[in-house]
Amino acid sequence: MSEQPSVLLGYLRAMWVIRHFEEALDDLFGRSLIRGTCHLCVGQEAAAVGACAALRADDQINSTHRGHGHFLAKGGDPRRVMAELFGRATGYAGGRGGSQHMAGWDIGFLGSNGITGGGIPVATGAALSAKLQNTGRVVVSFFGDGATAQGAFHEALNMGSLWTLPIVYFCENNLYAMSTPLRSHSAVSSIAERAAAYGMPGVEVDGNDLLAVRDAVATAAARARGGEGPTLIDCRTYRFLGHSKSDKREYRTEEEEAAARRRDPILRFRALLLEQGHASESELAAVEEDARNLISEAVEFAQASPLPEGDPSAKVYAP
Amino acid sequence: MTDRGREVVFAQAIRTALREEMQRDESVILWGQDIGVYGGVYGATTGLQREFGEDRVRDAPISEMAIAGVAVGAALLGMRPVVEIMYADFLMHAADAIANQAAKWRFMSGGQFKVPAVFRSPAGGGSGYAAQHSQNIESWFCHIPGLKVVCPCMPRDARGLLKSAIRDDNPVVFLEHKSHYTYRGPMPKEEELLPLGKADVKREGTDVTLVSWSRNLLWALEAADKLREEGVSIEVIDPMTLFPLDLDTILESLAKTGRLVVSHEAHAFCGVGAEIIAQVVEGHMDLLKAAPKRVSAVACPLPYSEPLEKAALPDADDIAAAVRQVVR
Repeated sequence: MSEQPSVLLGYLRAMWVIRHFEEALDDLFGRSLIRGTCHLCVGQEAAAVGACAALRADDQINSTHRGHGHFLAKGGDPRRVMAELFGRATGYAGGRGGSQHMAGWDIGFLGSNGITGGGIPVATGAALSAKLQNTGRVVVSFFGDGATAQGAFHEALNMGSLWTLPIVYFCENNLYAMSTPLRSHSAVSSIAERAAAYGMPGVEVDGNDLLAVRDAVATAAARARGGEGPTLIDCRTYRFLGHSKSDKREYRTEEEEAAARRRDPILRFRALLLEQGHASESELAAVEEDARNLISEAVEFAQASPLPEGDPSAKVYAP
Repeated sequence: MTDRGREVVFAQAIRTALREEMQRDESVILWGQDIGVYGGVYGATTGLQREFGEDRVRDAPISEMAIAGVAVGAALLGMRPVVEIMYADFLMHAADAIANQAAKWRFMSGGQFKVPAVFRSPAGGGSGYAAQHSQNIESWFCHIPGLKVVCPCMPRDARGLLKSAIRDDNPVVFLEHKSHYTYRGPMPKEEELLPLGKADVKREGTDVTLVSWSRNLLWALEAADKLREEGVSIEVIDPMTLFPLDLDTILESLAKTGRLVVSHEAHAFCGVGAEIIAQVVEGHMDLLKAAPKRVSAVACPLPYSEPLEKAALPDADDIAAAVRQVVR
């Protein structure tokens, strides 16, 4: 398949948007302008953008505690995601959700989730709806390698396969469950191997190779849409920063981190576009600059937005 | 023409509600363990799979987390799932899906979603099912903002409330008493919807207000009969929905009686009875002529052996004794 340069530049831009969004947050958090906690996905941008690039606009995804990247990749407005993090009325959840609990119904982002593995059954239910309603929609459930140790993972994958649901189980395997390395939390070294237990294909993919991720998800989504059921994707990537702000990263070496940085998914994709002549150096620089500006505007928008007022218990119950 | 109805058992009332709602609305779908051919352990879904097919009535693996979590996801996308968790004790497996996901999704999304799911489950003791199959955990769910909690006793109420629960756009925990599925009572032939959050005065009286629900209501009514012979007139109120609680009906009654006894099968500490009494005392002390009393279970896992289980659970005599104390 020949790649459209404009589409490829779009992918690059989407990754830069996430990178700058997360780096801006890192800075804002460091200056105590953001409260609570947040989990950044710097280094994992190709997983989010690659997966969402394979989906239709009306397909749906759900996400984890590390969900800003997924939200943005699915088409979330950075201004409103940032406003949510600032706890503003203009945020996607009006300031009620914060980093780990936000959703964008209109763009098919069903929600992030503060409970490790808690979203996997919910995504499976969304896929059941898609099947019963004959919408042709596919659901992608994002979760980390740590979540695969949860009972919810097992229960949901078994049920999703048993009921042949249109879902892609997408494990964003950054090799650490918080501080615990994969080899210490999983009895198998490949998450993809677990798929055999559920009678579904298990696919390992280089999560820092955007086009490889996109193609793996496209294959899985086509299979799901075609009524053949779920796929488990083991997307190997790396989180450059800590699990959360309190993480001193003493459980891994500087050498390991430096090696991971050399596989930076954005720089790698950027180099590919240049090398294959899809874009010039100045076009590539412009895309990054554009993303950086977008995030500056998002921060300005969020900071200028009003704080929420009124009854904190509003919106608990539907009328 | 007045429909005098017919007598049905509790299980049939549940089945009638499910069947009527499934006929009315294609988005109503069921799953749970052994609810298909088997009809559920208490027969609440007997025949529904044959009538509505395997797409709408599904046997699920023994996976409470997924049974409940899948219901949340399906509800977010416009279905109205009604899932059966075989025993209320197993709701603890499903607790994340119910308490962290179903109850909070609307709020966490700033009101973008609604979660019209019903979690049905048999609760309660009295049948020798012992510690892990007998608990009354309604107060656990009453403590989670975002949920509604329904505990019906009479078959007619169970049908009317379950229909409303299915149509409600919020997650509802619907607790049925496991020793009560063969209890027989009248149910009108015509469709009847009973609103959630509205209590029912089961018996009018003037001396004492007695609040009780689920199967324990039967012992409250029995106690009221006994005490009538002693010249004490008891107003028996079944809240039916524990959250949101219809305090107004209780207060109206207290304006007449000034005396309150709350009885439930769960034990007292942090129970719903404590909440009802707290709300009355906190805001309406002027209505009370005597200190309210609770009649509830002993705080222990329910024992197996019959005399021990009986000793742990409240009965009509215990309730009558409490009433005698407040009218003394």
